[in-house]
Amino acid sequence: MNTNKKKAWLYLLPAALFLVCFLVYPLLDVFVYSVEEGYNFASQTYFGTGFYNFSYVLHDPYFLQAVKNTFILVVITVPLSTGLALLISVGLSSIRPLRDLFQTIYFLPYVTNTLAVGLVFMILFQKTEYTDGLVNLMLGWFGAGPVDFIDGPYWAKMFVLCFYTIWIVMPFKILVLTSALASVNQDYYKAARVDGTPKLRIFTKITLPMISPMIFYLVITGFIGAFKAYSDAVALFGTDLNAAGMNTIVGYVYDMLYGDSGGYPSYASAAAVLLFAIVLTITCINLLVSRKKVEY
Amino acid sequence: MKIVLEKLTKTFPGRGRKNPEDVTAVDDFSCEIPDGELIALLGPSGCGKSTTLNLLCGLESPTSGRILFGEEDITDLPPELRSVGMVFQNYALYPHLTVKQNILFPLENRKGKDRLSKEEMESRVMETARLVQIEELMDRRPKELSGGQQQRVAIARALVKMPRVLLLDEPLSNLDARLRLKTREEIRKIQKKTGITTVFVTHDQDEAMSISDRIAVMRLGVLMQMGRPQEVYDDPLNLFVAKFLGTPPINVFEGRVRDGKLYIGEEAVLPAEGLADQEVFAGIRPEGFILQEDGPLTCELNRVEIMGRDISVIASHPACAGQTLRAIIGAESKVDTASPAVRFALKPGKVLLFDRETEERIRF
Repeated sequence: MNTNKKKAWLYLLPAALFLVCFLVYPLLDVFVYSVEEGYNFASQTYFGTGFYNFSYVLHDPYFLQAVKNTFILVVITVPLSTGLALLISVGLSSIRPLRDLFQTIYFLPYVTNTLAVGLVFMILFQKTEYTDGLVNLMLGWFGAGPVDFIDGPYWAKMFVLCFYTIWIVMPFKILVLTSALASVNQDYYKAARVDGTPKLRIFTKITLPMISPMIFYLVITGFIGAFKAYSDAVALFGTDLNAAGMNTIVGYVYDMLYGDSGGYPSYASAAAVLLFAIVLTITCINLLVSRKKVEY
Repeated sequence: MKIVLEKLTKTFPGRGRKNPEDVTAVDDFSCEIPDGELIALLGPSGCGKSTTLNLLCGLESPTSGRILFGEEDITDLPPELRSVGMVFQNYALYPHLTVKQNILFPLENRKGKDRLSKEEMESRVMETARLVQIEELMDRRPKELSGGQQQRVAIARALVKMPRVLLLDEPLSNLDARLRLKTREEIRKIQKKTGITTVFVTHDQDEAMSISDRIAVMRLGVLMQMGRPQEVYDDPLNLFVAKFLGTPPINVFEGRVRDGKLYIGEEAVLPAEGLADQEVFAGIRPEGFILQEDGPLTCELNRVEIMGRDISVIASHPACAGQTLRAIIGAESKVDTASPAVRFALKPGKVLLFDRETEERIRF
């Protein structure tokens, strides 16, 4: 090993040390915990090793509910938010006046404090002794009865959660997509115009393929982000998500560790490993599809 | 298709506080392009030649003036209805489509009765591909092609819809020197074969002179001169055109006409009968010098460059506008490199006089 290489390793060392201590080791430890049955934090003991933890988690109705919630959230919010962001970005890049104003408005959620957002959603959806919430007020105008979005039926709650999630993730997607759209060489559009290409065909045959790498990036990160959803649900429904029936997989892991019924690191680890497996599978599928579609 | 431009003017409005003034990119441009000819729009960058091309293809609309294709006024027609083929400087080939899909693209845009059947499209594409000799590349993507091949694909895409007019924006500027020579001949060949009226934009006078039927020299949005390359070279209307055409460039001297003779410095170098006494610019083409021991023009000899076919004599003269002047003489001439001075006689046809003020040509 020559001096230069040694130096390079030396420069990498500080960051690598931290990564190993706080990322790699805990990651590996999760896998170890997940196969240690009945691990106890306080005494640092366990009964034996095996796959009982997984079996327990997979049979726990709370976990199944969490998986169901997470999948619904992913399936609804990722395509919707990406599609909406695409529409808005295309709109933004085709208007000239007021573009900056609209861009600012669409970007606001990204810089807004979570608590403030929570408050706004409360005003919108929360039913209190004094009011049914703004949304219910508006529903009333159309003759629809008040719906309890926070403590009411499952789909009402799921709607609020999806709405919230989409609203939160959209600014970043719009930001990425508008810059992707802006970076498409204008000559392609000029060439298309000279050839008399219809607007829709320009969009599907030129714009979309040109920005497809960015779209796939957003879809992949969107999937991962949605699978990791937790704080959004807490912001809306409080910490006892199991009772609300709105728990997510990450929420389940947290509850198993620290929640009121917590103190089961083995179960938590098993659930975390399962989540890891799910995200890994989905991401691999995404990458395979994108490799097929993004060809240049 | 004959193209007529009538008093074409394009003004871009000033933008913001920094550039409040309007910019006139094309100024009162009138010309007639005969059917089936290859025309070069030539000029330094920023002279409005690309804007003129954009006006022709409809990507920009003129502030005033008219454009006619044949007898048809197309001034207000959108680009897709003008039936023009355009080749962009960077080719603008769609990177995600294969060569074949790229060429097919304009045909697939058509709708209704204009739409060809699949077989017709296929045969049209293959025909065009044969014309530009890219049949073997049909399944490649643009990034797998060399610059010259991309250029040919771009031309094929422009030609496949059988346009009335072919427009090329700096078609050779992205190619290396060797490929440029080859490609310009190919463009000429394709143009001859199809007989399509073609306008191409370039800042390279070599390119323009070598392949075009006519060249139009532009400066600051104004058409300075249009004509056959040799005419424009031999008989420029003003100093700008004279300076812009020719490599090496014309040598410009500050001279004066006195008693029917052209003086450069204190030496009477050429008879200029019938001209009033006045201050002039005398432009002498490099090939207009004759090495002569008792020649009237005495210059300080700087160095001699041997080119094989001929010899460049680089010399200086106090009245010369440039730093040095360059004379090209036959390889058989003997230049005494030890001598500090060199004397030339001048070929009358290669000496052009221009007014000192207006820079307009003075004929004698």
